[in-house]
Amino acid sequence: MKAYIRDIVNGTWSLLVGMAITIRYFFGPVVTLQYPHQTVPMKPRFRGHIDLVLDERKGTNKCIVCNACMKTCPSGCITLEGEKREGVKQKVLTYYQLDFTKCSLCGLCVEVCPTAALDFSKDYNLVGSQESEFVFDLLKRLEERKQ
Amino acid sequence: MTIDSELLRLLLYVVGFIAFIATNAAYLVWLERKEAGHIQCRIGPKEVGPFGLLQPVADGLKLMTKQLIIPKGADSFLFRLGPVLVMTPAVMCFVTIPYSDTIVARNLDVGLLAIFAFASVNVLGLLLGAWGSRNKYAVISAARVVSQNVAYEIPMLIVIVTMVMVTGTMNLHEVVTSQNGGFWHWNIFRFSASPLMPVAFLIYFVCMLAETNRAPFDMAEAESELVAGAFTEYPGMGFGVFFMGEYANIVVGTSMATILFLGGWNCPFGLWPGLHWFLIKMYALIFTVIWIRWTFPRTTFYSLLNLSWKVLIPVAFANLILTSALLKVL
Repeated sequence: MKAYIRDIVNGTWSLLVGMAITIRYFFGPVVTLQYPHQTVPMKPRFRGHIDLVLDERKGTNKCIVCNACMKTCPSGCITLEGEKREGVKQKVLTYYQLDFTKCSLCGLCVEVCPTAALDFSKDYNLVGSQESEFVFDLLKRLEERKQ
Repeated sequence: MTIDSELLRLLLYVVGFIAFIATNAAYLVWLERKEAGHIQCRIGPKEVGPFGLLQPVADGLKLMTKQLIIPKGADSFLFRLGPVLVMTPAVMCFVTIPYSDTIVARNLDVGLLAIFAFASVNVLGLLLGAWGSRNKYAVISAARVVSQNVAYEIPMLIVIVTMVMVTGTMNLHEVVTSQNGGFWHWNIFRFSASPLMPVAFLIYFVCMLAETNRAPFDMAEAESELVAGAFTEYPGMGFGVFFMGEYANIVVGTSMATILFLGGWNCPFGLWPGLHWFLIKMYALIFTVIWIRWTFPRTTFYSLLNLSWKVLIPVAFANLILTSALLKVL
């Protein structure tokens, strides 16, 4: 008889504890992120595809066309071209293509770059219907970012 | 040509009740989804209309545009009869519920009896619909629903008998007027009749959850084990009517709890009694019903029956005996 009553009392009490917990959550903050309307700020360590870094002083990229990134890339997804211009000490980058369909985000290109001209972008909204949409012209992207 | 004013009045009440039930069913679904969302730290419906308020309209339209398919080999008459038998008694229950001193369609002298007589029919609707749909999950669910409702009707009716003894009437209007005044006059706190009154209210509330097939007693649906239970084969509005019936039954159940235990339309402090107090109490109880659903997982079938036969029925009987003894002595 004692055990029977204890069972009922303890059971009722545990139900009340459960309800107290849920009502606390009911009045608590909502954690949903309304994705298309809101976005998460990415953490510094997030690795998106690579992007050229904007040199604030010169207003252009930091690349010296040493081709280190192209050579070190294990998947061979980087192609770049540069030219020598009058009055400029280093070579100037004219074309930088990243084939993101092959990239494995290993980050060796970022590590090897002597002038820290490359960095991971924070872009995670990549979507496309064709393969060619994932072949990026990074110079063009840098120009777009400048505006 | 003269219009019978009594007939017109009843007609208006019926239209009003059906509108009340339909809006309640639609917006209780909205409330349920919002409440579930916030309990789970989500937002709930928000895209259709401001705060998702048009979501029930969108859901209703979707259900109505669906084709009503009757499965091959099903008993089409019973299949169609099922939802109707769940919905109609729920509507009939509203006839005798007094919402305020003046708002009542028919003030029956046996109102209490009428409501519990109608309310027990909805099991029959579920049973027939499930049997008629020729689906093994539906039949298993129907068998469960019947034994569940039989088990929970007993403690509920014992509590009701206790209440009839305490108030001395089956007329719902008189039940409420006997609780006039502040909240200390309400039946839930009427300790002079029986010190177990709050327990009686709890028993009634648990039984009401079971009778309306709400979680944690939603054996009728039990989607994790029985697909959708009795509703497995029902498409479109067939399911929609079952759904409306379920919510209408919740409204009836909470209205009865308000009338029997919480003083109906009386204000807790004896001021400005009226319809608004009835609705506040009723919706607070409905909020609790939904809150319970999103707190507790579904019980197993055996613990459900154990709860009824081993705990609720003995305690309800103890309360009945205690009350009658006190009534005799005092």
